[in-house]
Amino acid sequence: MARSVLEVSDLVAGYEPGVPIVRGASIRVDEGEIVVVLGPNGAGKSSFIKAIAGLVPVTGGSVTLDGNAITALPAHQMVRRGLAFVPQTENVFPLMTVEDNLKVSGGVLAKADVPGRIAEMYRLFPDLEARRRTPAGNLSGGQRQMVAVARALMVRPRLLMLDEPSAGLSPKFVSMVFRMLADVRKAGVTILLVEQNAKAALAIGDRAYVLIEGRQAHEGPAASLWQDPVVAELYLGQRNHATARGEQP
Amino acid sequence: MTLQFLVDGLLSGSMIGLGAIGVTLTYSILRFSNFSHGDLMAWGTYATLVIFSGITALFGKVAPFAPLSFGWPLLIALAASMLVTGGLALLLDRVLFARLRARGQMIIVVMASFGASMALRSLLEFLFSSRPDYFSRAIQIAMPVGLGMRITPDQIALLALTLLLVVAVHLLMTHSQIGREMRAVSQNLALAKVVGIDVDRVVRFTWMIGGALACVAGVMIGILVQIRPLMGFDMLLPVFAAAILGGIGSIPGAVLGGLIIGISEAAAVQIIGAEWRAAVAFLILMAVLFVRPIGLFGVRER
Repeated sequence: MARSVLEVSDLVAGYEPGVPIVRGASIRVDEGEIVVVLGPNGAGKSSFIKAIAGLVPVTGGSVTLDGNAITALPAHQMVRRGLAFVPQTENVFPLMTVEDNLKVSGGVLAKADVPGRIAEMYRLFPDLEARRRTPAGNLSGGQRQMVAVARALMVRPRLLMLDEPSAGLSPKFVSMVFRMLADVRKAGVTILLVEQNAKAALAIGDRAYVLIEGRQAHEGPAASLWQDPVVAELYLGQRNHATARGEQP
Repeated sequence: MTLQFLVDGLLSGSMIGLGAIGVTLTYSILRFSNFSHGDLMAWGTYATLVIFSGITALFGKVAPFAPLSFGWPLLIALAASMLVTGGLALLLDRVLFARLRARGQMIIVVMASFGASMALRSLLEFLFSSRPDYFSRAIQIAMPVGLGMRITPDQIALLALTLLLVVAVHLLMTHSQIGREMRAVSQNLALAKVVGIDVDRVVRFTWMIGGALACVAGVMIGILVQIRPLMGFDMLLPVFAAAILGGIGSIPGAVLGGLIIGISEAAAVQIIGAEWRAAVAFLILMAVLFVRPIGLFGVRER
């Protein structure tokens, strides 16, 4: 059996005491995997991943990375423990150049290590090298996601977590971002991904969890999960339900 | 009329600009207008005066550097007081601002800074009385520098010091890791945490820099004009005007804003009369903000 990188058990979390949004969710991510967390709007996907990253207060359960407890550590210590997080929106420093975005994230590395890591990121994302002096806020949505991912990979994380990397992108950029993530995995990085765009995410994922009302309702291999009639109905049913209420599908 | 207002304006503009750097940094990183910043200037000046008097008491009168009115005791006292003023700013943050900030309502922090301003000022009056003090009572002869302008050696030295500090702070912000971290915190606090930045450390550093520069600005006023408990409070409006004029968050903007305010005030004194001094500066401020609400070097908030 593959070594597990991340284990989340019975996680309870929410912004306000007594009002948990994540209600006892458990997942596992093994070495080298891409794991996708799906779920309808309001299922707590985003809060779930943010709670793992230390951005939403955790009131119960545990999170371990490589067997070390990292439950509810302050967000800024997560990177040092090997957990890199790419938030859904505003995930670059808009007024800083691409290169300064990378440099500022290299603060947790040894100083001598930073230039080499930046060169490595430019090898991985050649588009970024051409725009190294451009303020990140002036880039296209897809390029901004590249900066955000490169910034997260700077520190050689054990686990890369992304919150809806396809949100707000045009279809062309969506496929670009997912191709990029598949490449990142090939480079040996373990990935945990929360996505609304189930189809695109399952196409690159190995395993998936479906989160409903703050806990995982289903899990399985990415390829078969989509075929599971119960899951498809549940997921799409909830989606349709959400749409009927006038929310963004 | 002579061009002397340029020299006078450049000098008062430098003091305003140094103060404005601190204001613009605390605003962009902590998101609040610190109205006690002027009083940090006054505290820095009095700290310098105390240490300076201590050195003079220990070593006797030390001859000043050739044409200047001050010697090494003042420079050492200034360096030490920059640390003291930075420390005072840190203390103020620890006991007052940080606690209120944690509750999340910025307007309360702003009001608290008003209170801190009054408390700091009254404490100075209590400790030193409101009688003006001086670092030196020597009168300097101003040298003619052409076009009817005159400048004293002290003034030249302090302009050079200002230039040095401004360049140093600008390089720090653009080329050092702590500078990048400060910019990161000002642009996106949540993301700054995510990339591993220790925000508390950045906040401490911001107070140290702001306090140290406030101290230098105060000591400049002390050398060129006089030392009074109210000296910093009187600078508050021009300092804020400069920070807003230059664009909140911009170091070059704060300095340029300071120079514009300083020079236009000095010109107003010469052309229309001293009672219009502040009015002219604020008319310029309003005119600029009408055309460009984010200030000269400002950046639109997301």
